[in-house]
Amino acid sequence: MSDLPQNAEADSPAATTYRTVELAVAALAFAFGAIVIADSWRIGARWAEDGPQAGYFPFYIGLLVCAASAWTFWSAWRSRPRGDDTFVTHRQLRQILSLLVPAVLYVIAIRYVGIYAASCVFVAYFMARHGAHRLWTTALVALGLPLALFLMFEIWFKTPLPKGPLEALLGLH
Amino acid sequence: MTELASLLQGFQVALTPFNLTLMLVGIVLGVIIGVLPGLGGANGVAILLPLTFSMNPTSAIIMLTCIYWGALFGGAITSILFNIPGEPWSVATTFDGYPLAQQGRAGEALTAAFTSSFVGALFAVLLITALSPLVASFALKFGPPEFFGVYLLTFCAFVGMNRGAMAKTVIAMGIGFALAAVGLDTVTGQLRLTFGTQVLLKGFDFLIAVIGLFGIAEILQSIEEDLAFRGKNAKLDLRVVWNTWKELPRFWATSLRSCAVGCLMGIVPGGATPASFMAYGMAVRMSGRDADRFGKGRVEGVVAPETAAHAAGTSALLPMLALGVPGSPTAAVLLGGLLIWGLQPGPLLFIEQKDFVWGLIASMYLGNIVGLLVVLAFVPAFAAILRIPFSIIGPAILVICAIGAYTVHSSMFDVYLMLGFGVLGYLLRKLKYPLAPLVLALVLGDRAEDAFRQSMLLSQGSLTIFVCRPLVATLTIAALMVMVAPALATARRRARTGGA
Repeated sequence: MSDLPQNAEADSPAATTYRTVELAVAALAFAFGAIVIADSWRIGARWAEDGPQAGYFPFYIGLLVCAASAWTFWSAWRSRPRGDDTFVTHRQLRQILSLLVPAVLYVIAIRYVGIYAASCVFVAYFMARHGAHRLWTTALVALGLPLALFLMFEIWFKTPLPKGPLEALLGLH
Repeated sequence: MTELASLLQGFQVALTPFNLTLMLVGIVLGVIIGVLPGLGGANGVAILLPLTFSMNPTSAIIMLTCIYWGALFGGAITSILFNIPGEPWSVATTFDGYPLAQQGRAGEALTAAFTSSFVGALFAVLLITALSPLVASFALKFGPPEFFGVYLLTFCAFVGMNRGAMAKTVIAMGIGFALAAVGLDTVTGQLRLTFGTQVLLKGFDFLIAVIGLFGIAEILQSIEEDLAFRGKNAKLDLRVVWNTWKELPRFWATSLRSCAVGCLMGIVPGGATPASFMAYGMAVRMSGRDADRFGKGRVEGVVAPETAAHAAGTSALLPMLALGVPGSPTAAVLLGGLLIWGLQPGPLLFIEQKDFVWGLIASMYLGNIVGLLVVLAFVPAFAAILRIPFSIIGPAILVICAIGAYTVHSSMFDVYLMLGFGVLGYLLRKLKYPLAPLVLALVLGDRAEDAFRQSMLLSQGSLTIFVCRPLVATLTIAALMVMVAPALATARRRARTGGA
């Protein structure tokens, strides 16, 4: 059973450096802080007679986030040799996307086909893509997991999860 | 001696066959969660929290805390066998645990880890038994200003402890606070940060954040690092257990120190992770000439962090119950559970919900004993889980996380949010942003703000209320000291080395 190759292509080229990601995240945090400041100011961020208004706390939280992210941005900008270390290599990025893209599709699919059918396809795809499993192993896991979850959530814990046309067809709604 | 009587009554509550079964199920689930990469104690409890809504609160919390004990035990297994810490606080366990396993002494390391965990937890439970009524009566003096003082102390403790990245701690905490503020403001009834959208009206639920930041982020990191979980067999027959047990009393001093550090860190919400590192550091420093032999496979190096982590993890429940202040992310999740069951944690819990509190404390004794027996007996079986390749376990965890996120509000938006938090968590982790302050601020943010604004209503807008009452003044000063102390220590060290 071959799983993900280990340490193969360890010298894959760098996709990004730490500095780039560090700068991007700090900029995002700054933008986040700015949004918080703007909205807090809108609803009132002053100190009234009886203490702070609704926006008072978030306003200063926003200011703090902005200040701290500006500082982080600046120190990342200056981190010359160290900041050039590889954040992810191309190969690693491909690996991550090979999980993330199907995961996003899976989550979107839940709305249309229900969580059980989507899970079945997702698990089957992932097993086929990342492992060289025998067909019956894949089928067993891909069908068994949703079935086990169905029993656990719908039957034992009585927690309804999103269902789609398949369940309707089987009369399980 | 009313406590003893209450405790005995608690044992009666906890010792029903139904609750014992729940304990066993909880421990097994917890160990599985602890062993599985991507599911930690906090998310394990978070994911399973909605499932316990139909039980009575005592049974529900017994099961959830047992999941927590199990996860603490389970985290050590992967650390020792595969050098993969399942939990942040098991990182220090890998330092000596993994070399031991490499030398074919995995059984010894596992036994030492489990036994120390048990000792740490037991110490903490004894402390809880003795102190919780005390803390409760003390806590009755607590008004909004004092609560704000405690929250301040918690946050300052976090900022002070992560001295490497102060700015990043502030950012993480600020994001948590801001997310906590989203939605309806309870004091004025205004909408904050919703931007006219429906979905943001209910605010950000911390469960979603935890599942994304910890669970999904862990999967992303695992796949990036090409983690293929192929490990060795963990052979563990009773002879190894017995032989290791004969050795362990030698480390009584390390054990005692680690218990003390752990309990302190648990009660002051520093958490199990700093406790485990501190205890390991102390063990190395105290060993004198033997210091070089740490990191190459010393049983003592497993004993110290495991004892401290469990002592902290267990004693973290004390401030949660008595004050409503969670001492760890998992305690924070449990706190959320208490609120959902309509139990208001705090001093009154000890008076109004006696059965619940003492049932829980009794279940800590029982749960840990059951836990020790289970893990010692089933280690080879649990380790076998790790032989399941990532290509199966990875998507399965993701599916379980999605279900966990959905069940919180039965909302698909939360599932999308979970993925978003996952990516965020992956980035933040790699850039060494601490995630615990974010989660803590998200849970406590609203309450800290409410406490502050209630104090302001009391004092008619005067800040002097935070220095005029003795208790709150002490808390405020302690908070400032905790924040400043590490910086001062660094400055002093720098001055000394500069002078030499």
